[in-house]
Amino acid sequence: MTAQSHIYAVGKSTNADKLTEAVVRGKRLWEKHACVNCHTILGEGAYFAPELGNVFFRFGGREDPAGAKEAIKAWIASQPTGIEGRRQMPNFHLTDAELADLAEFFEWVAKIDTQGWPPKDSG
Amino acid sequence: MKYQSQKVALAYFACALVLFAAQVTFGLVLGYIYVAPNFLAELLPFNIARMVHTNALIVWLLLGFFGAAYYLIPEESERELHSPKLAYLQLILLMVGASAAVLTYLFNAFEGNFLLGKEGREFLEQPLWVKLGIVVAALIFLYNFTMTVLKGRKTVITNVLLMGLGGIALFFLFSLYNPSNLTVDKMYWWYVVHIWVEGVWELVMASVLAFMMLKLTGVDREVVEKWLYVIVALALFTGLLGTGHHYYWIGTPGYWQWIGSIFSALEILPFFAMVLFTFVMVWKGRREHPNKAALLWALGCSVLAFFGAGVWGFMHTLAPMNYYTHGTQVTAAHGHLAFFGAYVSLNLAIISYAMPNLLGRAPYNQVLNMVSFWLMASGMAFMTFTLTFAGVVQTHLQRVNGEGFMEVQDQLGLFYWMRFGSGVVVVIGALLFIFAMFAPRREIIDAGSAVPAE
Repeated sequence: MTAQSHIYAVGKSTNADKLTEAVVRGKRLWEKHACVNCHTILGEGAYFAPELGNVFFRFGGREDPAGAKEAIKAWIASQPTGIEGRRQMPNFHLTDAELADLAEFFEWVAKIDTQGWPPKDSG
Repeated sequence: MKYQSQKVALAYFACALVLFAAQVTFGLVLGYIYVAPNFLAELLPFNIARMVHTNALIVWLLLGFFGAAYYLIPEESERELHSPKLAYLQLILLMVGASAAVLTYLFNAFEGNFLLGKEGREFLEQPLWVKLGIVVAALIFLYNFTMTVLKGRKTVITNVLLMGLGGIALFFLFSLYNPSNLTVDKMYWWYVVHIWVEGVWELVMASVLAFMMLKLTGVDREVVEKWLYVIVALALFTGLLGTGHHYYWIGTPGYWQWIGSIFSALEILPFFAMVLFTFVMVWKGRREHPNKAALLWALGCSVLAFFGAGVWGFMHTLAPMNYYTHGTQVTAAHGHLAFFGAYVSLNLAIISYAMPNLLGRAPYNQVLNMVSFWLMASGMAFMTFTLTFAGVVQTHLQRVNGEGFMEVQDQLGLFYWMRFGSGVVVVIGALLFIFAMFAPRREIIDAGSAVPAE
């Protein structure tokens, strides 16, 4: 069953043909900065910060993919807000190219067939 | 203590308790960041502190398992350890690796370096060289264990323990495989995470509890062994296919919703069997063992594991339910009580049992130890309740009503304050336990004492 699931994941549910080098670089950045220890992705991770598996759709990626990616990049670059009493995301000093890779990663992840999860765009 | 080489366990337990203190301290910091989010935001971001919290937990639990194994193997196989020197070498390897990993996280050293930098998958953040060190340490342990058992008496307890710890080493190897496809990555990531805590760790838990029941209650070995067989069979039958409950929403086929729901719903059975086992043994047992604190922890372990892992796990394991609760504070609630009940309590139980023997003192500081049990157990229970309520509210607002994550979190402040309060109680309990273990006071509780010991 694991083997079948492996084949299913690569062949059907994850658009493996769109798993570009940029997406792979984005995943490495995701790991390099331990994003998963605040955020969740497909529901797994820490529960301190928003779910990012569908962040691409939450930022309007269904209607305007390019705009959503720009918005994600701008959001990451503008952190931290420094607002008192609000959870703070560090600034990871990412280059434009790195921000673009992360955005590509989020677009790819959002398009995985997750059996309809999460129930709402709020993640 | 019948065998000199059992002394190895003392060093393991001491190191384990140091990391235990670090783990709960960082837990308290994290709980405080939840209620005062600007606290240390620049110096110690949440994600860094959380890595220390979870990694310290995992390593100290493993040190406790190894310590328990080194303590009980000589008694079970009726001979000295094959090599105490190798056992110490293994401990040094693990402690160097653990300290280096913590320093790497705190100072973000060698960021991005494939060998020296942190790796950044949840719970498997250790730098690659530390992972390889853990593999070497595990191999040293398995060699030492096997050589001792081969030359000595073979019992069901040591066989199950070897199977559990061997499984830990085997499945850890999947941590070295990190495919670039996130769905495939997650599938094999669970081979480490799920099969550890809901599979092979349960074997360790069952065998250590069996050893303690044997010693504390004086029930015949044959009876204990029969129970052990049943528990192990249940754990493996339900736990392995129960992995499916992590394969609902990560891009894996839909049939996992059926397999995962059915088998993980049965995962409660081995925990229920362990509750029955410990209580039946204590009722049947004719021995009045003076170490009441160890007995309290052992019974507390099976009961809290049943609630934390079993009941709280079942609560959100069925796919239609999990569709809404997946990745909310409900999961956090379950995680906290399950780890505390099953594995923290197990370690504290065997430490409570072994320490007086290792230090050559009669059972001492029993009152303080038992107070620490009630502090930690009630603190963790309250924490679980607050997080469960937070999770239920979050599930409704965010997953049913579709409100934004941060808007929802802002409405959960009261729960997080109560969680922080319960965290303070747990930390006090943990420090009290450590004090009770090492403080040299003598204090023996006799059977007629007023201190409750159920």
